[in-house]
Amino acid sequence: MTAATSTLTRENGNFLAKFAAAVGKLAIGAAAQLGRFTFFCLETIRGLPEVRIWFPRFLIEAWNIGVGSFFLVLLIAGFAGAVTALQTGYQFSGSIPYYVVGTLVVSSIILELGPVLTALVLAGRIGARYAAELGTMRVTEQIDALESLGRAPSSHLIVPRVLAALIMIPALTIFANASGILVGWWAVKLVLPVTNMDFIYGAQYYFRPWDAWYSLIKSFFFGGTIGLISCFMGMNTQQGAEGVGKGTTGAVVTSTIIVLLLDTVLTKLLLNT
Amino acid sequence: MIELRGVKKRFGSQVILDGVDFDVREGETVALLGPSGTGKSVLLKTIIGLLKPDSGQVIVDGKDVPLLKRDELSELRKTIGYVFQNGALFDSMNVFENVRLGIVDEKKFKDEKYAHERVSQCIRLVNLQPDVVMEKFPAQLSGGMRKRVGIARAIAGEPKYLLYDEPTSGLDPVNSDIIDALVQRLDQELGVTSVMVTHDVRGAFRVANRLALLSEGKVVMQGTPQEFLASDHPKVKAFLERDFDNTQFAA
Repeated sequence: MTAATSTLTRENGNFLAKFAAAVGKLAIGAAAQLGRFTFFCLETIRGLPEVRIWFPRFLIEAWNIGVGSFFLVLLIAGFAGAVTALQTGYQFSGSIPYYVVGTLVVSSIILELGPVLTALVLAGRIGARYAAELGTMRVTEQIDALESLGRAPSSHLIVPRVLAALIMIPALTIFANASGILVGWWAVKLVLPVTNMDFIYGAQYYFRPWDAWYSLIKSFFFGGTIGLISCFMGMNTQQGAEGVGKGTTGAVVTSTIIVLLLDTVLTKLLLNT
Repeated sequence: MIELRGVKKRFGSQVILDGVDFDVREGETVALLGPSGTGKSVLLKTIIGLLKPDSGQVIVDGKDVPLLKRDELSELRKTIGYVFQNGALFDSMNVFENVRLGIVDEKKFKDEKYAHERVSQCIRLVNLQPDVVMEKFPAQLSGGMRKRVGIARAIAGEPKYLLYDEPTSGLDPVNSDIIDALVQRLDQELGVTSVMVTHDVRGAFRVANRLALLSEGKVVMQGTPQEFLASDHPKVKAFLERDFDNTQFAA
């Protein structure tokens, strides 16, 4: 073996060892984070019996999410409905019956766009807010102060926020679905010679009540995910203002990815495709 | 009584506490001295169970704090008032709500009349006027006022122990003196056992019955202010001389 080959082999060996060490470190870090998240979820559940503490705060959080996000959600779902309708109009050349447009708009909104867009918008809006609020409380020792007073952060801070997201995101999804369908209906009439009867016929023809439940179940999971992940990221914030920034960005990015992942998994499980 | 035996704590590769032995007897006020970054606040947080030591015992009233269950720890914390470095007041609550949260007895907490009277009393004890500050939010208060409201919250639950984390840091000399005098007065009037973490040597000499010096993760000396002044320990001398040009000033 020449000296050059020997050096190359040694370098390859070093690279592989470094790569394996990096992968191992990443795996340990991920397992530790998963363990912490599981513990956090259990702590949240332990805070549930303290209804007297979390209920008033839950009402405030639910109000904030509902009122603060209502028009934004209506607007985005409305645009999604309009775009769906306009694109359908563009692709239809008359060979397909017009009533199918109703089917497409209603199904697209209820099955996918309503719940997913609402969740993505709220992952940004609520996720960032929860993570920033709790992160700031963590770095300014307010959470330590709460614990030092013998009070559980889970019932005071986490449960009200998670429950508010869990209940208000499905509620907002219902309005988002309605907005998307109504605006889509209006838009489709602008570009295609579709009558109201056609649209309603198409909307009803392929509609199954399970679709509405599916939409709600998905948004319920999305709400829980956004609430839990953003609170977890906020509670685990470290190192001052930079940490709050990282935690907030992390909450939004992680929530968004998990929402999209859950969307795929739930579609497979609930629609049995 | 608070007893720490061989307490060790590290964050990553950095050793913060390296076998700390430390005692606080009933009714006394102990000042824990040491340069910034030597783990004084970490030590204080292990006493109240906000941080778990890697090894060693932290015993408060005969209970080993790191081994306590969630509910037991919560009960123990109700006997300890903790004054945070920057007050750690809840931003979203006004002064009344902040101090009220310090009333740890649930029955008393829910009793509106008692809560109002107790909060007013605690605010007066820290030399603030209830009528002026009650409705204000932490952002509307000065640094010194925030610290005093933090003390009011810590004493609202009538604790047996008071732990002060740098109560005078970041304050001007006048406000530092006010806080020192306040700590001294509260210890005398309320009869609590106190631990004050500080790097303000003058304040420590004024307030404490006993001092302890933390350096490189260990308590290098515990004793009365007079014993500290008489000490030949190089770290003690170096620390005192940094604050006093003439160490006799402290006496």
